[in-house]
Amino acid sequence: MSGLLITGARVLGRDAADLLIEDGRIVEVGRIAPSPGVVVIDADGLVALPGLVDLHTHLREPGREDAETIASGSGAAAAGGFTAIFAMANTDPVTDTAEAAERVRDLGRTCGLVDVVPVGAVTMGLRGERLAELGLMARSRAGVRVFSDDGRCVADGRIMRRALEYIKPFGGVVSQHAQDPRLADSSACCHEGEISGRLGLPGWPGVAEEAIVARDVMLARYTGSRVHVAHVSTAGTVEVIRWAKARGIAVTAEVTPHHLALTTDLLVGYDPVYKVNPPLRPQEDVEALRDALVDGTIDAVATDHAPHARHDKDHTFVDAAFGMLGLETALPVVSDLLVRTDRLGWADVARIMSANPARIGGLPGQGRPLVAGEPANLTLVDPDRPVTVDAAASRSRSRNNPWHGRTFTGAVHTTIHRGRVTHRIDSTAHATEAEYAQ
Amino acid sequence: MTCPEPTAPATVAQIPPDARDVMSADDIARALRRIGHEIIERNKGASELVVLGIPTRGVALADRLAAAIGSVEGVEIPVGQLDVTLYRDDLRRQPTRPAGRSVIPEVGIDDRIVVLVDDVLYSGRTIRAALDALAELGRPRAVRLAVLVDRGHRELPIRADHVGKNLPTARNERVHVRVTEVDGEDVVRISGGDRR
Amino acid sequence: MNRHLISSADLTRHDVESILTTAESMHDVQRREVKKVPTLRGRTVINFFFEDSTRTRSSFEIAGKWMSADTINLSAKGSSASKGESLRDTALTVDAMAVDALVIRHNASGAARQVSEWVRCSVINAGDGTHEHPTQALLDAYTLRSRMGDLDGKHVAIVGDLTHSRVFRSNIITLHTLGAHVTVVAPPTLMPAGVREWSESDGFATSWDLDAVVDGDAPVDAMMMLRVQRERMTGGYFPTPREYTVGYGLTGERLARLVARNPDVLVMHPGPMNRGLEIAAEVADAPQSVVLDQVSAGVAVRMAVLYHLLAGETAESVEPVTQGAQA
Repeated sequence: MSGLLITGARVLGRDAADLLIEDGRIVEVGRIAPSPGVVVIDADGLVALPGLVDLHTHLREPGREDAETIASGSGAAAAGGFTAIFAMANTDPVTDTAEAAERVRDLGRTCGLVDVVPVGAVTMGLRGERLAELGLMARSRAGVRVFSDDGRCVADGRIMRRALEYIKPFGGVVSQHAQDPRLADSSACCHEGEISGRLGLPGWPGVAEEAIVARDVMLARYTGSRVHVAHVSTAGTVEVIRWAKARGIAVTAEVTPHHLALTTDLLVGYDPVYKVNPPLRPQEDVEALRDALVDGTIDAVATDHAPHARHDKDHTFVDAAFGMLGLETALPVVSDLLVRTDRLGWADVARIMSANPARIGGLPGQGRPLVAGEPANLTLVDPDRPVTVDAAASRSRSRNNPWHGRTFTGAVHTTIHRGRVTHRIDSTAHATEAEYAQ
Repeated sequence: MTCPEPTAPATVAQIPPDARDVMSADDIARALRRIGHEIIERNKGASELVVLGIPTRGVALADRLAAAIGSVEGVEIPVGQLDVTLYRDDLRRQPTRPAGRSVIPEVGIDDRIVVLVDDVLYSGRTIRAALDALAELGRPRAVRLAVLVDRGHRELPIRADHVGKNLPTARNERVHVRVTEVDGEDVVRISGGDRR
Repeated sequence: MNRHLISSADLTRHDVESILTTAESMHDVQRREVKKVPTLRGRTVINFFFEDSTRTRSSFEIAGKWMSADTINLSAKGSSASKGESLRDTALTVDAMAVDALVIRHNASGAARQVSEWVRCSVINAGDGTHEHPTQALLDAYTLRSRMGDLDGKHVAIVGDLTHSRVFRSNIITLHTLGAHVTVVAPPTLMPAGVREWSESDGFATSWDLDAVVDGDAPVDAMMMLRVQRERMTGGYFPTPREYTVGYGLTGERLARLVARNPDVLVMHPGPMNRGLEIAAEVADAPQSVVLDQVSAGVAVRMAVLYHLLAGETAESVEPVTQGAQA
């Protein structure tokens, strides 16, 4: 029977081993002789990781298929080494019903490149007023466990409290976009500080995030429920989370590659490609976020991949859409920034980009150890290979890529999803969307 | 936006070592005296004269010419300067220079005889610009032109009424007029060309 | 050579001085019977205003016309994103008309800078959101210079809503370029974010106390009062207009103290003034007030800016000049 044999891969960056994959599972790990009919992938010098899991992806389907479809986003995810992505609810219509969630999940299945896991809205239409059908989404075929109004904050303390209480029975979690809308309104687009003062851009002070996170960890303690902090961006938020974790509060947190690497001074040319929410912060915050990721205060790296059509970005800075691409560059950025500098090992990368996000999001078949019997979701990384980012070469439909022209060391070599190769670094023939659509 | 750094006006720029003198300080003084006499004679006195120099060196020459006329006639001749930068038709061919100011004597120019003074007459374009500038400041009874050097090669139908020295030149030669007020010495030199 | 004027920081001291020198010559033109020079004949200048501003627009329009440029006014209001054309498409459309300069006013900070990266023509920033207004700073410098000469070592205080002021942001740069000392005064709620770091790196002083500046060790040579927008009053930046005036208004009594320290002190305001709020009526009309000089300098300075950006050599017009500028 046909199978896939990966030879000589350094599992989690440690000793080299061969992995035999059959029927979507890892069936053997060790020294394995190739048998006839088996496809061999020579992974000499490559690092094998469990398939990456992204807790925070924006696909634009339904509603803005010109910016991203579930198919194109799945392609970008596979190219970035992901085998599962959580699709945020702020589509048009919003994912606030069981039917909407099932549709996203089913379209993802049809593409078959990654598990597309819908995130349910916390409130109907993301309006922050009435709870969405949290229980029906959880019971649906989509099995929604992560709820978020991302793009907007669940600002009303009473709504947040009810949501946290309501999702307890089915083990749900609220992923909070922490932004007090009074301290940072919808025009706020630049970290409030010297740069925003000089540029005359509406400021987005760190305290607008920290105040909400402080409130939410207290609500998590009071309700005994789980809260997850999306895209942590400030040192102050890190302090609050550290305090809460020390007290056993069920809080988890994610940080984006861009908040780990890019700083607010990039805004001086008013290029909307650097406009993102929460905004890029100063170097002090960036350092604190790296430290928090290394010491475990922050649990996961999540991309906040946010594709936008060019005509939604080619406006004045204040009017342009928030967000930047991230799926294809996340692993190279983390490799370059934290692994090459010896702050993290590959086992740590497996933890923060696969095991932890899978656990937080409640995905049993993802983020598993690379041992016999486990689902064959894995990513091969070439740790020494430089990658120069070319926005035009992205598999995303959008081009709002802040990393364009930068070079990172550490490339996603091969992605295997449920035993099937979904990405190979040197394959020139990308699967077309027509193929996915079948 | 960048403005060119201040440089000495074009004619002083570096004078090449091969330049040869064509007018000495004495020659210049004599030429101005003679032009003064010509102007008095031509206009039957100096009562209606206004002398306007064209920056940069024309201004110094105008002052001296007015003084020369004044000393002969025993009156003070109204003298000023006329900046023509805004009227030039060759601005697009050169780095932008700040526009200068025109200084018109209090008597004005209406119904006066205006004597324009410049250092070198060449293509005639500066004088064309000066006539345009003058037209917007008033209506003189007559306009005369006095130049220290006429080097030929006119591109417009313009000629000088009073010339210090006619200096036949080749187009690839440069004429350098230096005056004490600007350059610290009085001399006219010529450089470049195809001399062997 | 930079073709644009986007920020006051684009201008060196020499640039500013060249423009102000030219502006003197333009001011002469403005005082004549025939207020027209042929300098920009055949050039086209578009005044593209995404935000209403009668004074600035008419000032640029007159400047262009007196320089003999063809000037066209376009306005595009309500340029909110998502609906309607993107800023880039709008800019490219105008640029495709083969114009020479685009004078742009926009309610969004950075708009002029962005447009300058998309178009071939020169771009002049006539005010972008709460960012900069470089020609205002030039006309303020012109007004000050014509009254007090060289600004080296002079002390200028800028008072009012600094957070939302593009006049402040451009003036702080140009005044510094010309060697003046600047103190900015505002209540903490109207100080821009990060002003401490900013003032330290750019060498200006900040104060929350107007009286301390009025009576301070360094006598003030010019007081520049900024307009307080009506909407700030409801935005919680200060409790009441009355309280603002008591704390930060230039009252007759404060002017008297300034004059006692320095009889030559000047009072400036970019307009339009809220008489009785940031500036008392009698101060606006006092002999120390140069508010109307500022307006009158506006045209001359904008003529000078157009001259310096447009009159000189252009890529397609440069030919070898063999014989210099001899007549």
